[in-house]
Amino acid sequence: MIKTDILIIGAGPTGLFTVFEAGLLQLKCHLIDSLPIPGGQCAEIYPKKPIYDIPSHPEILAGDLVEKLLQQIKPFQPGYTLGEVAISLEKTEDNQYIVTTDKGTRHCAPVIAIAGGLGSFEPRKPPIKDLEFYENKGVEYMIKDPEKFRNQNVVLAGGGDSALDWTLFLEGIASSVTLLHRRNEFRGALDSVEKVQQLKNQGRIQLLTPAEVIQIEGTEKVESLLINHNGEEIKKICDAFIPLFGLTPKLGPIADWGLEIEKNAIKVDNSLDYQTNLPGVYAIGDVNTYPGKLKLILCGFHEATLMCQSAFQRIYPEKKNVLKYTTVSGVKGFDGSHKQAQKATIKSIE
Amino acid sequence: MSNDITIHVIDRDGITHTLSAPTDMNLNLMELCKASDLPVEGICGGMALCASCQCYIESSHNFPQQSEDEEAMLAEAFYVKENSRLACQIHLHSNLEGLVVRIAPEG
Repeated sequence: MIKTDILIIGAGPTGLFTVFEAGLLQLKCHLIDSLPIPGGQCAEIYPKKPIYDIPSHPEILAGDLVEKLLQQIKPFQPGYTLGEVAISLEKTEDNQYIVTTDKGTRHCAPVIAIAGGLGSFEPRKPPIKDLEFYENKGVEYMIKDPEKFRNQNVVLAGGGDSALDWTLFLEGIASSVTLLHRRNEFRGALDSVEKVQQLKNQGRIQLLTPAEVIQIEGTEKVESLLINHNGEEIKKICDAFIPLFGLTPKLGPIADWGLEIEKNAIKVDNSLDYQTNLPGVYAIGDVNTYPGKLKLILCGFHEATLMCQSAFQRIYPEKKNVLKYTTVSGVKGFDGSHKQAQKATIKSIE
Repeated sequence: MSNDITIHVIDRDGITHTLSAPTDMNLNLMELCKASDLPVEGICGGMALCASCQCYIESSHNFPQQSEDEEAMLAEAFYVKENSRLACQIHLHSNLEGLVVRIAPEG
């Protein structure tokens, strides 16, 4: 069981900055995120897009913002459970919460901060009949273990980086690799596009464009695909079909935790501390809603700051917390580091 | 207001919502739909990166050509038709008076 002071669900900008504000109050944090890397939407959807409304950054790439936040919170040594989805929330008799993930990892904390943005990222599934029946029977949306495809006939679909990258990777493992996409143009790193072109020219992969899968066939598992290729229907015998159409966020299991939900967001008390209807469970950033809510990163930072003050009082009801400025006290990390303003030299001139 | 235009949005239940839209606020159709509580997600915030605001144009208005980003995104979206567009890439302009759009299925 992982124990911490504040368990943060969601490692996007708001969740990451919570670690900093909690750290100033000497509270420890642990983050859970469904993505394998921290950064949330900034990392998954638009790492290369500039953001213009982060105070004091006239322009910063979303990916760079995440990097800087990670650097800022490093002294506070947060724990991470990445690539796992928080599934359930239980309250214990001594007012702690236990959060369990889809992989069975258990976390215990007196305070939960839900910073889940628009939800956990799930693969986008193409609208193909009976697709779900074939899941784990030849249909995979994420490649966790490439070895699984050794000596198999694999068909990938998609036009972005992941479709290109996995085509390149699986070419050396699978018996045959077919990549299909609805149009001739691919949107990915130039290097990957060129390498796929080369493999196609060498006859090492089959490239079908414009094409899309219209039906999956097989009694127990995927045996073949019916593909519309340039207006013509063709049948492709294969063992695996991997649709790679990116990820989309879904609020998911959080919606069933007994929290008050309004318009797909968690209702909080914004006049005080962004607490939900469950005491000790807070919701900050894009995941919450209150009158006048704005879904902006900078608002998430503010919410995280106020929330941490309230969390401190909940964890240490007997202690009085006084706001300390980092310019005065510096930043004392849990790693023994202490950043502090340089003292001015006071010396007489004779 | 004199600057406003009227836009008809058909939701996923087939109900038509007639919206009055200002043309002097640099709004796009995705933002207008969200502000009107219509079920358009706009996950990526309007960068043509998610297709959660896909709609079908059902009137005969003329549009400027799709950007490469929009074309690429629509090529990876589902339920795409000839008249598919991303609402976030449609800027509300006076020449769109009377526009009729239908919100595409979720996916």
